[in-house]
Amino acid sequence: MKGNEAIAEAAIRAGADGYFGYPITPQSEILEYLMEANPYEKTGMVVLQAESEIAAINMVYGGAGCGKKVMTSSSSPGISLKQEGITYIAGAELPCLIVNVVRGGPGLGTIQPAQSDYFQAVKGGGHGDYHLIVLAPSSVQEMADFVGLAFDLAFKYRNPAMILSDGAIGQMMEKVWLGPQQERSKTVPEWATTGKPETRQRNIITSLELDPNRQEIFNLKLVAKYNEIREKEVRFEEFQCEDAEYMLVAYGTSARVCQKAVELAREQGIKVGLLRPITLFPYPSKQINKLAGRVRLFLTVEMSAGQMVEDVRLAVNGKVPVHYYGRMGGMIPTPDEVVDNLKKIITGS
Amino acid sequence: MKEITGISEIVKSENLAYKKSGILTEDIMHYCPGCGHSTAHRILAEIIEEEGIQHDTIGVSPVGCSVFLYNYLDIDWQEAAHGRAPAVATGIKRLLPDKFVFTYQGDGDLAAIGTAETIHSCNRGENILIIFVNNGIYGMTGGQMAPTTLPGMKSSTSPYGRDVKTMGNPLKMTDIVATLPGTYYVTRQSVHTPANVRKAKKALRKAVHYQKLNKGTCFVEIVSNCPSGWKMTPVQSNKWMEENMFPFYPLGDLKIPEAQPVQQTKSE
Repeated sequence: MKGNEAIAEAAIRAGADGYFGYPITPQSEILEYLMEANPYEKTGMVVLQAESEIAAINMVYGGAGCGKKVMTSSSSPGISLKQEGITYIAGAELPCLIVNVVRGGPGLGTIQPAQSDYFQAVKGGGHGDYHLIVLAPSSVQEMADFVGLAFDLAFKYRNPAMILSDGAIGQMMEKVWLGPQQERSKTVPEWATTGKPETRQRNIITSLELDPNRQEIFNLKLVAKYNEIREKEVRFEEFQCEDAEYMLVAYGTSARVCQKAVELAREQGIKVGLLRPITLFPYPSKQINKLAGRVRLFLTVEMSAGQMVEDVRLAVNGKVPVHYYGRMGGMIPTPDEVVDNLKKIITGS
Repeated sequence: MKEITGISEIVKSENLAYKKSGILTEDIMHYCPGCGHSTAHRILAEIIEEEGIQHDTIGVSPVGCSVFLYNYLDIDWQEAAHGRAPAVATGIKRLLPDKFVFTYQGDGDLAAIGTAETIHSCNRGENILIIFVNNGIYGMTGGQMAPTTLPGMKSSTSPYGRDVKTMGNPLKMTDIVATLPGTYYVTRQSVHTPANVRKAKKALRKAVHYQKLNKGTCFVEIVSNCPSGWKMTPVQSNKWMEENMFPFYPLGDLKIPEAQPVQQTKSE
């Protein structure tokens, strides 16, 4: 099945309570699949097409504020529109899932795949000091698997989570194993707005605090939460790193390309490994720094003008050179291109 | 009736004709003297108490003067981004369809930045109540021109008066939503005299009752004053409202459930 369809089916099976979306290429299959599947009849999951991405993310805010497992999906220009709602959700500490099936930009850009929303996803995107938990699938299987994982992490930390995919994985068809149908949760979190009974104080979902002292205390609480996430939730995959002299770093579609590039390079006797970050926030900085102690150089490969490479440089912290190779505008780098670039860097030409 | 002297006599339960609603919290409201918001809050609190729906109510507060509404009514609240309250309320109501969900929004929030959310939630017939307080100005930010500012009316961003040729005409959102099939009950009220407060409270109570039927959006506009923004005394502002706002925003029902079958037959 398609990556987009896998997300939709996985959401139903994960026991999601609601999905609010707005059509945009290349991810409209998520909304279409859910509308056709009509999960309300089966599990009670609400699916609604909103009048805009802005409305959709605010519907997510409302549903998440009730303690429900809710999600939205979009692609780059639509995610830009959602940023207002996303920062409010982060500020109100609400759990939810946002899927970004990235296409090339800036502006209307292209409908072809890209990884040019890394900054937007990992560095904030909306205003204020906040972070999303960002998961980067590199297969249709991971598109499905990360839905449940994203919800679990979102609820564990009361923080919005994002699946940062791209148009290639969204549109690609692969075999996928789907988990069994889970019941929708009947647990009501203590902070959820469900109508105030006499037995508790009223619950207020808000991100507003005019007293600078109290706002700073809240900001520090968020920082502590993000640090805990950095400590506990880093996920990555290493491919042929044990004896590697040269290290590729890539996520998502680029990581698949790089895996092939590693094989090609090793056939030519070049000892290359690949580190694939699975979580982009928290970033596997410690692991990269560790690898920096025993490889000659890093090459970051991404479908952008060089965004993730900044985090690799920060992690390497000057120990060895960090290079970048990328394609943009919907172009996907080939394994040969990656190997050629690596060889040029090694030979210094 | 025996003569009552002194506060100790007045507060005796047998002498009380009026009391503070138990839904109102102890927080002191931040509104300017003479502002209609506090009265609107009060009747809303009274209805929630009298109908016994505190445990079933979720309110969505806006951005604007009533941004701290959640401090004043003892119910569960969600604070929405500017203009997005109907979308937030949609999310709540769709997931908790048995609850009473309402938004409380000003004119800038509902009729400018939130126009799309307002129209589309009404058009979908979301089973929520939208309370729209229209005072023709942005009060919280210091008296700027609103979508509902009257032609010629002065504000800090229309210091020579609203010139409709360059600044557009005031938007009658209540009239617009009344034309949508998704709305069930649409009315325009005020809270500037005891008689109008009674009428407005009656209208709000109807809206709460209609809400239980799940037959579409209920929309209650309250035309109100802004003494500070209009740079008038409270008394002057009420007089000005009667003489200028009411002719443009006439009070009364715009859509009542009983009349709907007739309207539908006509349009078909």
